[in-house]
Amino acid sequence: MDPRAKRTFRLVVALGAAVLLAAALVYTSFGAASEATTPAALANAPADGRSYQLTGKVVPGYRREGGVLHFRVRERAGRVSVPVRYEGVVPDPFRAGREVIVTVRREGNGFVAERDSLITKCPSKFSSEEAS
Amino acid sequence: MLTLGRASLVLALAIALVGIVSSLYGARSGRAEWVAVGRRSMYALFGVLTVTMVVLEAAFLRSDFSFRLVASHSSTTTPTFYKLTAMWSSQEGSLLLWVWLLSGWASLAVFATRKRLRDIAPYATSVLLGFGAFFVSLILLFAHPIQLLDPAAVEGNGLPPLLRHPSMMIHPPMLYSGYTLFTIPFAFALGALITRRLDASWIRSTRRFALLAWLCLGTGILLGARWSWSELGWGGYWAWDPVENASLLPWLTGTAFLHSLMVQEKRGMLRVWNVSLVLATGILAIMGTFLVRSGILESIHAFGASTLGVPFLVLLGVLMISSAALVLTRRRELRSEARLDSVFSREAAFLLNNLALVGLCFVIMWGTFFPLISEIVTGRQASVGAPWFDRYTVPLAIALVFLSGIGPVIAWRRATLGNLRRNFVVPTAAAGAALLAGLTLAGEPKPTALAMFCGAAFALGAVGQEFWRGTRARRAATGESLPLALATLVGRNRRRYGGYLVHVGMALLFLGVAASSAFQHVRDVRLQPGQSVRVEGHDIRYVRATGTVDREKLSLGALLRVSKDGHEVATLRPSRGYYPSPDARQFGPIGRYFEGEATSEVGLKTGLERDVWTSVEPNIDSFGRMVDGIDRRFPLADAASQGLLLGVIAERYRLDPPPAGFRMIVSPLVTWIWLGGLVAISGALIAIWPKPKRARAWVVAASRPRLGRAVGRA
Repeated sequence: MDPRAKRTFRLVVALGAAVLLAAALVYTSFGAASEATTPAALANAPADGRSYQLTGKVVPGYRREGGVLHFRVRERAGRVSVPVRYEGVVPDPFRAGREVIVTVRREGNGFVAERDSLITKCPSKFSSEEAS
Repeated sequence: MLTLGRASLVLALAIALVGIVSSLYGARSGRAEWVAVGRRSMYALFGVLTVTMVVLEAAFLRSDFSFRLVASHSSTTTPTFYKLTAMWSSQEGSLLLWVWLLSGWASLAVFATRKRLRDIAPYATSVLLGFGAFFVSLILLFAHPIQLLDPAAVEGNGLPPLLRHPSMMIHPPMLYSGYTLFTIPFAFALGALITRRLDASWIRSTRRFALLAWLCLGTGILLGARWSWSELGWGGYWAWDPVENASLLPWLTGTAFLHSLMVQEKRGMLRVWNVSLVLATGILAIMGTFLVRSGILESIHAFGASTLGVPFLVLLGVLMISSAALVLTRRRELRSEARLDSVFSREAAFLLNNLALVGLCFVIMWGTFFPLISEIVTGRQASVGAPWFDRYTVPLAIALVFLSGIGPVIAWRRATLGNLRRNFVVPTAAAGAALLAGLTLAGEPKPTALAMFCGAAFALGAVGQEFWRGTRARRAATGESLPLALATLVGRNRRRYGGYLVHVGMALLFLGVAASSAFQHVRDVRLQPGQSVRVEGHDIRYVRATGTVDREKLSLGALLRVSKDGHEVATLRPSRGYYPSPDARQFGPIGRYFEGEATSEVGLKTGLERDVWTSVEPNIDSFGRMVDGIDRRFPLADAASQGLLLGVIAERYRLDPPPAGFRMIVSPLVTWIWLGGLVAISGALIAIWPKPKRARAWVVAASRPRLGRAVGRA
């Protein structure tokens, strides 16, 4: 084969492979993604098995029953809150008022969290609280 | 001191601006004295920023709460070690650390190239000073670290407990060193493109800085993973968090560059690719810093809302557009001198390695930025989790490990059948042996882990064979003993054998990652003292509760005895430390300990075969009534009384503990991750270390003026 034609052929094959892989990447990422949402947007979500990434602040009054943590997540700047039932590791910074991210599914009147999916944002790093 | 610190920052900006103008004027006019002014501006920038750093560190050390930053990130009870590191736990302090490291490393680069690259260096100096001016401006306008608190606070907030770990001293400076060092090859690449001096000389002059950047960033990432495993109470070392990913991106493209530059040096090929990789790595380093600062993506490393996003986006836009424009307009000069002769060649292996690394980088970048991408496309934010990342990164990592065994032994230009047979029999046999061992020993089949074991064995076989052949040849030629021949071989070919050691380290590291990911056993249980649980052949018994009080916190935990086959193998003491909230008025003098920050102290037994990892979550709800009662009776309890009252709670917990929650993990070969990392770091250090000849030349060059003066006097 002519060297130039050979190079063009190689380039076309490489680009084709790259396009195919990129298409797979795009397709699977949209298929596997959990939608990020707020308590207000999730309050009326149906129990259709879909998972959501819930973000908001922990409402005071959470409680533990055995290995289960029950807490409510409210809007960052609002009053709407939803109940969450969680099992798994509770991050060290978890507290009332802290911002959390947790993957949940609707079950009955509340939401059940995916095991170990709770992330608590550390509020102190890079924030400058006023000293006493 | 406050005035000195503030003035030095303003002076730093002025110096950087003067340096940029004089470097550019010197480069355009060809006047060496202006170029020298630019170079000295870099040294001066480092000097004045050092003054700012010293002023701030001194304020932290003496707990000077008239500095707002000290009051909000330190306290009188913070241990001295953490007072020194508290500066970079803040946005303001970490930006200062970034630009200080940049000016230090850039000064070294400018000094090292002062007699070389005369055309390129002034432009590179102006780019580096441009980064300096950008960061100093950010500090002055948005995040000034030296602000007066009037009246001064009586006591500070202290360093967040989660950051109290020895890694805090070294992990952030290492990461920032990696980021800032990667801007050096970036700046010289821009200089080479501007001046159209696109031979390999700029690559040779900055290769060590690229390698040092790779080493520092890699060490920083490894330390972060180790910190996560041994300290944080979630039981993992990598979580695909956006901020973790951000540090990995430039490291991956930097790794690709360190391989492909060999192809340019040897064959004059991949010149567009190399310059693009260097530019991409520099931009990704800035992007990593942007991700950390802007809070644009949800991350466990919460950096909150920040005003720094827009300036960073503008900088990134300018860097990307100017880099792309320069590469496009210089594409003729960047044409390769040779073509790929065969797919069975070292060039092709390096190219494949580069494609795998860049592919990994693309996948991780896509997943990291997916929340923004999905918002643009669908109007809703969505994110992908660890399974999505694993689906793509695991096969690419396996391919990379195999390629790390092929690259060192395959011939340049075109490998013959004889070459393939001579070099690949041993690695293939090693991979086959690993496959057999894996199939025999592994209880349940894990194909990806097995593939990684084979890849690691293949790479170790290939590199081991190279070491053996080199040592044997040296012994035959010189008659040296085996250890001496090996040491001399490595010492005389540092770049080559240092690189091979890096491959060994990475193979061990991936071996550990594969085994610990595939064969880890986790149990979450609630236990009372006296109860036991069995995890992967280990009996773990909750012997008794523990409770202690020190100057800063109340610690509640457990004493666990681990035994295997009836023999005790370890005693572990996981605990949870409760630090007080500064708000005693709202929560009460004792209640504030249960409303403040809490951190887990992991109980860990490490070993070459496996790690036994435990964490505890004491049930503190049962103390609610007791704590309320104490706070009502002693609302004004001072520090000494608080210590006594906490002692009562600790005693009560020790004597009558409620059931506690435990996470117990038995994970094989985790130690190999850290060992592999250490081997890779050693290899990189060997590769960076100057050759003996050059080291001697440096000594001679350094002593020449003194010698001249002595001769003159004589």
